[in-house]
Amino acid sequence: MKPILELENISYSYHSLHGETKALENISFSVQEGEFLAIIGPSGCGKSTLLSMIAGLIQPESGTIRFQNPNGTCTYPKIGYMLQKDHLLEWRTVYQNVTLGLELKKEMTKENLAIVEQMLSDYGLEQFRDKTPSELSGGMKQRAALIRTLATNPQVLLLDEAFSALDYQTRLYVSSDICRLIKEAGKTMIMITHDLAEAISLADRIIVLTSRPAKVKRSLPIHLTTSEYSSLSARNAPEFNDYFNLLWEDLNT
Amino acid sequence: MKTSKQEYTSQELFVHRHKMQHHFITFWRITIFVFFLGLWELASRTKMIDPFFFSSPSSILTCFWTQCTTNQMMMHILITLFETVISFLLVLLVSLLFATVLWHCHTLSDILEPYLVVLNSLPKSALAPLIIVWLGTGIKTIIIAGMSVAAFGAIISLHVGFHQVDKEKLILIKTLGGTTHDAFVKVVLPGSIPIILSTAKVNIGLALVGVIIGEFLAARRGLGYLIIYGSQVFQLDMVITSIIILCIIALAFYKAVQSMEHHIKKRYKFM
Repeated sequence: MKPILELENISYSYHSLHGETKALENISFSVQEGEFLAIIGPSGCGKSTLLSMIAGLIQPESGTIRFQNPNGTCTYPKIGYMLQKDHLLEWRTVYQNVTLGLELKKEMTKENLAIVEQMLSDYGLEQFRDKTPSELSGGMKQRAALIRTLATNPQVLLLDEAFSALDYQTRLYVSSDICRLIKEAGKTMIMITHDLAEAISLADRIIVLTSRPAKVKRSLPIHLTTSEYSSLSARNAPEFNDYFNLLWEDLNT
Repeated sequence: MKTSKQEYTSQELFVHRHKMQHHFITFWRITIFVFFLGLWELASRTKMIDPFFFSSPSSILTCFWTQCTTNQMMMHILITLFETVISFLLVLLVSLLFATVLWHCHTLSDILEPYLVVLNSLPKSALAPLIIVWLGTGIKTIIIAGMSVAAFGAIISLHVGFHQVDKEKLILIKTLGGTTHDAFVKVVLPGSIPIILSTAKVNIGLALVGVIIGEFLAARRGLGYLIIYGSQVFQLDMVITSIIILCIIALAFYKAVQSMEHHIKKRYKFM
């Protein structure tokens, strides 16, 4: 099986008049199609920079990022990016918000809008379509943001601390909820988090980065014996604590 | 048996209290106004103040009436209104255009920053004589004078407002495949509606100031002209009448922009 995404020797530095700060150094890893990858590391180690680079918002100083589509072509796949906050636009209704991506790409076709309609009803937002975002709860806002991202049919989803603006209880629920929806949609996901438990309970594999300049310290596949895909049952899996302690050590040495 | 007090729910009590507070404020606003007018009239009739210099409410009314019939007061009022509205609309248009250009081009805004700051801090009345020499006397000059007072401040506040829009929302537009232009139209402009409206509220007042300054110097018509003319021929009734009309105009403009603000904010769900 060919990986959908390959990073090879990525390096990046920030420049200011006071000098150069190396953020990333020789980062290489690959992601399989349909895989859920979590990237963790000490705060300020350049995780977000890495994600912006995969999203194509900034260019690496050296190294290459290669995408391989499932059908073998080498065109750039569509990428969906979920940011820390939902960033729903308050002057648009929920429906206008979730179709924003289609509007920008000028892909407001009947088929695409039908998919949006389907997601709205699947995710329980049907009766809120003409409401403003402020009338939604935190979890519903994240769902609306997810529909907005999925509407353009991306193959890879990037989540940059996508749940950290939520309170703990909502976060536990929303994170596994959103990840289940992404998994059901058959997408590949790369998420950044500083929450070890969240990473272990949601990801298939965890990549640990060192502090600045960030290098890949460990790539750890996660196998939990649980019956269902939920954040809570994952936390009760027998392997959970071992993974947790191992990653904790990694981050603190 | 319930007493009458217990029949109110706490919601009704809240609404009641709110209404009482509202009535109280309205009552005192009107009372102060009436008291002031009464005191003024009384002081003037009993010669505690000299009616020649300080006028009185009754002579202002008489003056207004005679001005209306003999001296085409309405024409003067309409001219001032017209000039103010036109210069206000032009300021809004010009400042939106400039702020848009500055938002799109960072380097240009960096280059122009000191010029904008200097032009904004300059007392614009100092420019009025120059404008008159360049453009002559007439409505065009007055409108330009009105604009000169408001325009630079408006450009700066809109420019600052455009830059206060959440940077992550701009990134969002990019990750969804939008261009910089999309980011401006879909995020910056609608997100800045409250700032555009508050700028408009300030500018309608500033445009009026500029128009009056222009009329002082270069007009044969308008309320500013009446004020200057009246003070030169010692018809202080006329001066004070014009000032009172200016007060009413300023209030009306403010209320008009405020209700416009209310409607737009409601439409775009900012409240």
